[in-house]
Amino acid sequence: MRPNDHPAPGGVQLRHVSQPLPHDSAAKHVQGAAPYIDDLPEPAGTLHLAVGGSPMARGRLIAVDLEKVRAVPGVVAVLTAADVPGKNDISPAFGDEPLFAHGHVMFHGQPVFAVAAETRDAARRAARLGAITVVQEKPAVTVEDAEKRGDTVLPDYAFIRGDASAAIDAAPNQIAGQFRIGGQEHFYLEGQVALAIPGEDGAMHVHTSTQHPTEVQHVCARILGLPDAMVTAEVRRMGGGFGGKESQASQWAAMAALAARVTGRPCKIRLDRDDDMAMTGKRHDFRVDYAVGFDDEGRIQGVEMAFLARCGCSADLSQGVVDRTMFHADASYFLPELIISSRRLKTNTVSNTAFRGFGGPQGMLAMERIIDEIACRLGRDPLDVRKVNHYGPERDTTPYGMTVEDHDVGAAILEQLERSSNYRERREAIAGFNASSPILRKGIALTPVKFGISFTLTQLNQAGALVHVYSDGSVQLNHGGTEMGQGLYQKVAQVVAEEFGVGMDRVRVTATTTDKVPNTSPTAASSGSDLNGMAARMAARQIRDRLAILAGEHFGVPAKEVVFRDDHAFAGNESLPFAELARRAHAARIHLSAAGHYKTPKLHWDRQKGVGRPFFYFAYGAACAEVVIDTLTGENRVLRVDILHDVGRSLNPAIDIGQIEGGFVQGMGWLTTEELVYDKDGRLRTHAPSTYKIPVASDVPADFRVTLFDGENREETVYRSKAVGEPPLMLANAVFCAIADAVQSIAPGRPVPLDAPATPEAILKAIQGIVAAG
Amino acid sequence: MARKGIRFLRRGRVVEVADFAPRTTLLDWLRIDQRATGTKEGCAEGDCGACTVVLGREREGRLVYEPVNACIMLLGQMDGAELITVEDLAQAGALHPVQAALVARHGSQCGFCTPGIVMSLFALYQEGGRPVTRETVCDALAGNLCRCTGYRPIIDAALDVCAEPPADAFESRNEATLAALRRLDDGEDVFVGEGHAFFAAPANEETLAKLLSDHPEATLLAGATDVGLWVTKGLAPLRKFISLGRVKGLEEIHDSPEVLALGAMSTHARAMGPLAGIDPDLGELMRRFGSAQVRASGTVGGNIANGSPIGDLAPALITLGAILELRQGNDRRTLPIENFFLGYRKQDRRRGEFLRSVLIPKPGPNDHIRIFKVTKRFDEDISAVMMAMRLTIKDGRIVTARVAFGGMAAIPKRALAVEKALLESRIQEGTAWAAAGEALGQDFTPLDDHRASAAYRLQVGKNLIVKALAEIAGAPSDATRIIGHREAAHAAE
Ligand SMILES: Cc1cc2nc3c(=O)[nH]c(=O)nc-3n(C[C@H](O)[C@H](O)[C@H](O)COP(=O)(O)OP(=O)(O)OC[C@H]3O[C@@H](n4cnc5c(N)ncnc54)[C@H](O)[C@@H]3O)c2cc1C
Ligand code: FES
Ligand code: FES
Repeated sequence: MRPNDHPAPGGVQLRHVSQPLPHDSAAKHVQGAAPYIDDLPEPAGTLHLAVGGSPMARGRLIAVDLEKVRAVPGVVAVLTAADVPGKNDISPAFGDEPLFAHGHVMFHGQPVFAVAAETRDAARRAARLGAITVVQEKPAVTVEDAEKRGDTVLPDYAFIRGDASAAIDAAPNQIAGQFRIGGQEHFYLEGQVALAIPGEDGAMHVHTSTQHPTEVQHVCARILGLPDAMVTAEVRRMGGGFGGKESQASQWAAMAALAARVTGRPCKIRLDRDDDMAMTGKRHDFRVDYAVGFDDEGRIQGVEMAFLARCGCSADLSQGVVDRTMFHADASYFLPELIISSRRLKTNTVSNTAFRGFGGPQGMLAMERIIDEIACRLGRDPLDVRKVNHYGPERDTTPYGMTVEDHDVGAAILEQLERSSNYRERREAIAGFNASSPILRKGIALTPVKFGISFTLTQLNQAGALVHVYSDGSVQLNHGGTEMGQGLYQKVAQVVAEEFGVGMDRVRVTATTTDKVPNTSPTAASSGSDLNGMAARMAARQIRDRLAILAGEHFGVPAKEVVFRDDHAFAGNESLPFAELARRAHAARIHLSAAGHYKTPKLHWDRQKGVGRPFFYFAYGAACAEVVIDTLTGENRVLRVDILHDVGRSLNPAIDIGQIEGGFVQGMGWLTTEELVYDKDGRLRTHAPSTYKIPVASDVPADFRVTLFDGENREETVYRSKAVGEPPLMLANAVFCAIADAVQSIAPGRPVPLDAPATPEAILKAIQGIVAAG
Repeated sequence: MARKGIRFLRRGRVVEVADFAPRTTLLDWLRIDQRATGTKEGCAEGDCGACTVVLGREREGRLVYEPVNACIMLLGQMDGAELITVEDLAQAGALHPVQAALVARHGSQCGFCTPGIVMSLFALYQEGGRPVTRETVCDALAGNLCRCTGYRPIIDAALDVCAEPPADAFESRNEATLAALRRLDDGEDVFVGEGHAFFAAPANEETLAKLLSDHPEATLLAGATDVGLWVTKGLAPLRKFISLGRVKGLEEIHDSPEVLALGAMSTHARAMGPLAGIDPDLGELMRRFGSAQVRASGTVGGNIANGSPIGDLAPALITLGAILELRQGNDRRTLPIENFFLGYRKQDRRRGEFLRSVLIPKPGPNDHIRIFKVTKRFDEDISAVMMAMRLTIKDGRIVTARVAFGGMAAIPKRALAVEKALLESRIQEGTAWAAAGEALGQDFTPLDDHRASAAYRLQVGKNLIVKALAEIAGAPSDATRIIGHREAAHAAE
């Protein structure tokens, strides 16, 4: 079989879908020819913005003296809350976060004012001259601080099944403990940026680096006091998003729009990296308190997990994020009786937000560490404990009442990876190594991933697309999904090219913009290609069906016998070039444009009761990681990683492998080198890449084996593919568990007091802890 | 008469710029003045590599292409170099081999890091002449952050394209470029601006000394890997720069069996080889120093003169007994490097004085050296703790001990109590190791910050002493450390 002749589920030969085509902009990327917002030619008169942030984390804002700021040559306008004509609110849902602080400040660095100047340099220099007077109050920095105050951003929430406490007590073995999981900075390489251009009648066109153009539109309209229809938000590409430009992009777009309104000139804001890191939200960090009861094989009988989330100063997306933590606290395991509870604690730190995995990774990691501790207590291999707890027949209901219908996929992946990675032999070899190595210790772990696909806020599971065929046979494609590097534009273009049977060179993808496809959902929750691929296919199909009728008439066959491929319409031995058909269609006054709309089926979720089917399906995977640690310094290195991951029938295996590798490495960074440090006054001390360390090339395991699982989505997704954006991040749990395993070798049978991230310091502390526990 | 503008080579032509604010960065000049937006800004502090461009310069008689961070390099430093940016590689519509390899391997996702990565790999590609391994590729990429790909496809692309010797337009016009660069090297002083705000680049020590006495408050500029951040992050209102980049002789390196003399303007990249010759640990320290970009710009003199408590060279040079040579006007003096550091960011450097060179005595056959740098991330990270040790051992007995630490105090400093505990003890005696480790508590009350807690620093300091002693006593370093194995360095020689 030729590689481009993959049979699709229906037996059709695919020509574009399933091809490992490069990213749509690859050739432009390597030449520096792919424009990001800061690269666009600036309209004449463009002003540049810089932000003045709060010098304190909490307190009453009593005075803002901006005289010196205004006096700086080149400064054209200075904006504060008083300049907002609409509502001073940039929050995505709960109305609790202002564009500019007013009355009081909620975190260190919170925007208080902005300067618009002729140059970015002048704006930045001026912004530092603002005199902001705050009557300081003691900030709540940690979850403990917030707990003491009883301050939350949203109500507590729990999943309860059976009587967990009784089940734990009745079990032959019990464990209880506490585990901390750090947050994570997105560190998209392109920082937050927006360019607002004022139009006629007060309209505003905003170029914005966002995963959620519709939200940018709403927030700009709200700030300016305009109807949504007066604001257009557009994004061609982002230099990375990872969740950090879902809700977090709106503030800067709105600031630029406000400045453009006030000055009547185009206004651009591009945050300096340090400002970006101090002023935008991150992955939530957690404290997890747990108790678990289990039998002598390690099978969990009952579990209590309490998730204390540091949400920061506002709700932002914390409802969905922490819910997803709870949805994934089962990891891949059946929990017969349980309480999974959560508190969304309000702290005087920047509001935490979406980040690849959206809370899921924290829930899963906590459970994997519980499994490790069970294995430690029983002296069993953690993989065996993982297997006895894995979802299976009769043990297939999640804590939220959804049935895991394809647990066999997860189990098969575990089995297959166990064999292909030589897990058992390597564990033996590592035990041998450790026995004769006092300073360096190795560890290994094999952990599964099961990730629920769909927005848990059901209404977001919809998408729109707009497809035009021009009379020369070229095709223009537009949809609500945004391109942040994940290859969405290319995947959807492949789907559309497949529908029309035309070459990829005929399909032109245009920038995502709210004036082409309205009311879109964020490109998030890994849903981009599932939703937009389907919507685009539905749009393309409408046009294709119209063309088929015309071609059928031409060939004298029923429309359904017309086949589109190789840039032609075929019927038997006859054919018509696609361009010719398009020309004829236009002449015959056939509508060559169509909008498609898709909504995910089967979903229902009752949050009140905590039951339903919040997810259309699950994506599975597993990773086996081997690490070495230095017991004198805590330094560590990942030596080898084997990954087997389920993407269903891949739309583009090259892009999917890129997502898997990139997601894994990002997860590895989260759990190892990436540490966010706040001081006691609530100031983020790691606000630049000099102090916040994401992985570099040498951190990637030299032996890195990634394989796609051979399977297809049991649900009817586009070409039976599966979402791939977020799930691979959690493959990195294996790295953390392997590091803990290496520490474990120092004192088998004693729990490893290792918190995430496993920095050298955390590892050394864990070593000291496990030794002291003797 | 000094030349009133800077001149450099770009796209085969000489570019002259005479009208620029002294603190203009190369990146701002490209992106704002020239609207050449292929080169990106990701951090403006030298850490992410998105702004990487390549400079061609004559080094030891050859044309050498090196990556640098345009964000923290000042435009004035461009004088006399060839500037190559990401827009310059594709020729007549055909991708450069490095670009083609990245596309073929799916090496870009969001693409924002990609221009910088292309340029770092372009420099590696031009290097030629040595087998390129995964390790060399990772070293070349240590200063390029990519948040999307996980690097694997980028590493593979580099291995693909660097497997063959360079064969591109730059290679074929190598001679012509070198000749053009030599023509630019006119030996003139450069002075752009006015007395109150200028970028000056004197051509020799005499004019430098004069200029410095006239403007003792001017900022001396070496590689700008520290000073650049004062400009981009500190927004320091600096108006007068005196660049050492064109001063003849300051960049010289003289290696003899007794002494290694590094001119203050020796870049880390050039100093790395001779330093590695002293001890493999010193070579490893330099390999991990910043990134290829930082090593290509940053200088030995700048690292010492900056006086940072976490600078990497100072502790190593203190244990080696290095001597600094300084000059002010016509006065020259020398002093042991350990006496140079007086207090937090306070050095024994007089107004208008500059560092000429550092003299490093070569260790003897009975000397044993160990250097460890502990960081959150192995590559391109600043030390949480850095230790250097030199022991002279005769008949199993430690007869001299020099141990210095970085990251443990306001200055890089010797651990005198540790040295005392070591002196006269037998290297094979484990009890002496522990005692030496414990003595560290008397020497330091370490810093407590976002890089590490004080407790961790102290514990690791102690453990590093034990580790070094275990190694010197005979433990092979592949059993005591994860990276930087000494055996590998010897094997490679
Ligand atoms: C990304 C990054 C990574 C880094 N990693 C490391 C690291 O791993 N280890 C480390 O130690 N440092 C590191 N640094 C810091 C910096 O690179 C070094 O300190 C470097 O050696 C400074 O040299 P320079 O030539 O760039 O100095 P400059 O920035 O040009 O100057 C630094 C200071 O020294 C003064 N100065 C320079 N030369 C002289 C002279 N001859 N006489 C008198 N005064 C002089 C200048 O006036 C200035 O005050 C890093 C920096 C960056 C941006
Ligand atoms: S912009 Fe990050 S290194 Fe220059
Ligand atoms: S491709 Fe996005 S940062 Fe490298």
